[in-house]
Amino acid sequence: MKNFVALTRMRIRLAMRNKMFFFFLIVMPFAFFFLWLGVIAKGAPQVAAFYLGPVLAFNVMGSFWGLSAALVTFREQGILRRFHVTPVTASDMLASSIVANFILTVPMVLVELFLARAVFHVPTIGNPISLFLLISVGIISFSSLGLVVASVTNTMQETQVLNQLLWLPLIFLSGATLPLSFLPRPVQRIGLFLPATYLVNGLQQTIVNSATAWSRYAEILSLAVWACLTFFLSAQLFRWEPEARTPRRAKLLVAATAIPFLLLGIVENRTDRILLEAKSAFLSMTSPMSVPKTGAAGSPSKPATGEKPPDLDPK
Amino acid sequence: MANPILQVENLVKRYGDVEAVRGVSFSVEEGEVFGLLGPNGAGKTTTVEILEGLRDPDGGRVSVCGLDPQRESAALKHEIGAALQSTSLPDKLRVMEALRLFASFYKRGRKPEELLQRFGLEDKRNAFYKELSGGQKQRLALAMALVNDPKVVFLDEPTAGLDPQVRREIYDIIEELRCEKKTILMTTHYIEEAERLCDRVAIVDHGKVIALGTPRELKAHSGGATRIEVRLSKPESNGALKSLEGVADAREVDGAYVLHSMRPPQAIVSLVKHLESEGNELVSLEIATPSLEDVFIEMTGRRLRD
Repeated sequence: MKNFVALTRMRIRLAMRNKMFFFFLIVMPFAFFFLWLGVIAKGAPQVAAFYLGPVLAFNVMGSFWGLSAALVTFREQGILRRFHVTPVTASDMLASSIVANFILTVPMVLVELFLARAVFHVPTIGNPISLFLLISVGIISFSSLGLVVASVTNTMQETQVLNQLLWLPLIFLSGATLPLSFLPRPVQRIGLFLPATYLVNGLQQTIVNSATAWSRYAEILSLAVWACLTFFLSAQLFRWEPEARTPRRAKLLVAATAIPFLLLGIVENRTDRILLEAKSAFLSMTSPMSVPKTGAAGSPSKPATGEKPPDLDPK
Repeated sequence: MANPILQVENLVKRYGDVEAVRGVSFSVEEGEVFGLLGPNGAGKTTTVEILEGLRDPDGGRVSVCGLDPQRESAALKHEIGAALQSTSLPDKLRVMEALRLFASFYKRGRKPEELLQRFGLEDKRNAFYKELSGGQKQRLALAMALVNDPKVVFLDEPTAGLDPQVRREIYDIIEELRCEKKTILMTTHYIEEAERLCDRVAIVDHGKVIALGTPRELKAHSGGATRIEVRLSKPESNGALKSLEGVADAREVDGAYVLHSMRPPQAIVSLVKHLESEGNELVSLEIATPSLEDVFIEMTGRRLRD
């Protein structure tokens, strides 16, 4: 425990001194925040409210870039080896990077929530418990994903390629950048197999509809299960030595991380709950007075083309 | 062996098809400075890393401080200190932070402040790791190896890649540790390092210990003869050189001829006479007092250096 705390402090310190990390942790998220809530929402509070969830999800998911890069650098430079001859364990090493990331990300989220209320007049940030739980499982699970990426790739180059491959679907097919309802129906269905979709929807429902933590149990629980699975896997795959290669068999294990959302995706594809919720949130932008109290109550009718908010033009 | 703190019996380690360590055995007593001397790739680092608990052996038995590095590595790590090869610290970690951080991992230890002073890093306490010179980095590595006041210190090539002056600085530090009666296991491919610092040396080649003893014993074993190294304009046969008066042994190594002699002046005179009669010429001649290098050449027919 003592080692874990000492390592967490070191990681926070190093992150604050790292220009790259600073950029990805502070500059990028804020730029994104102001782009969507300021520029795209054009000062309409209900539009800002709609985008706040996706923006927060985007920030939370960004965790995995920094963590995978940091761990691979540590391994490639032989820094991990030095820790290996001390009583530090693999779990100390991994857990400390996740907790450090949590401690660095939460203040950012708080500042964004504050600005959303104070500057962009978002009516409410919704249920704080639900918000906190979703942000927490989001940070932990996507950080763990970063650690898994670091462990299955052998060089920084490979790490960055895999990061890109994961990142693009995560942000484009989940509603984190383009609203889910805005995507073609088959693409929406694919999105239901991605953890990011549940994080985005959970946050959006919490903010737009003041959804309670209880009503978001599917999102919170699935992300929590996924977080445990990925963390467990990252500990299994962890390597101290730069020249150690991941056996092929271990790489297959990584496929196991897809299982929770594969199952959930099948269920959600049958019930269409998420898609209906996303659509009703989408509609709430144009008719702020008719915000449904519970997410699933939205009308299944398609929005007439004329109802489409002008802000959503993809160009 | 009165009190071996470190025992290695028939150690074997394979990497795929390559046998890096092929039945290495030795033991180290408490307070001893023991050296593994050999060329790069001889299996020294692998042996040390197995003892540190960083790698698992494929065969044989090892014990460090009465513990099995494979099964009791958690307990062992409190007892050992190590300066590894090809390791590093985060660029933006400060010297003092590094010492404090590593000190916090152990149950007992020395004060980071005291180590800073002792290793001459006081004015670098707030420097980032990346700002340190090679010698300073190595001094920090040694300081960090002592942060838990370990029973056994492993130094893997402690002076590799350092310039001669910095190397001497490191020698002084290691000699100080020897005076304190710290048990040290070090690896090196520098002969003078092994001769100067080690109480006993195991010469390792191709994953095997080929000679073991005090530097004095090892040199005595090679006959204690002076080494005369010559380069000739035309090739000569070893046999002809060996039969010269005063020459005890001759062999060809990398295009040069290494002669061993108990009576160097006589050997040189007879060599010059022989070359004259053969119409051969002396390109260069070097005389060296016997060293562990001669032991190595004698055992392997190869040079230790480069």
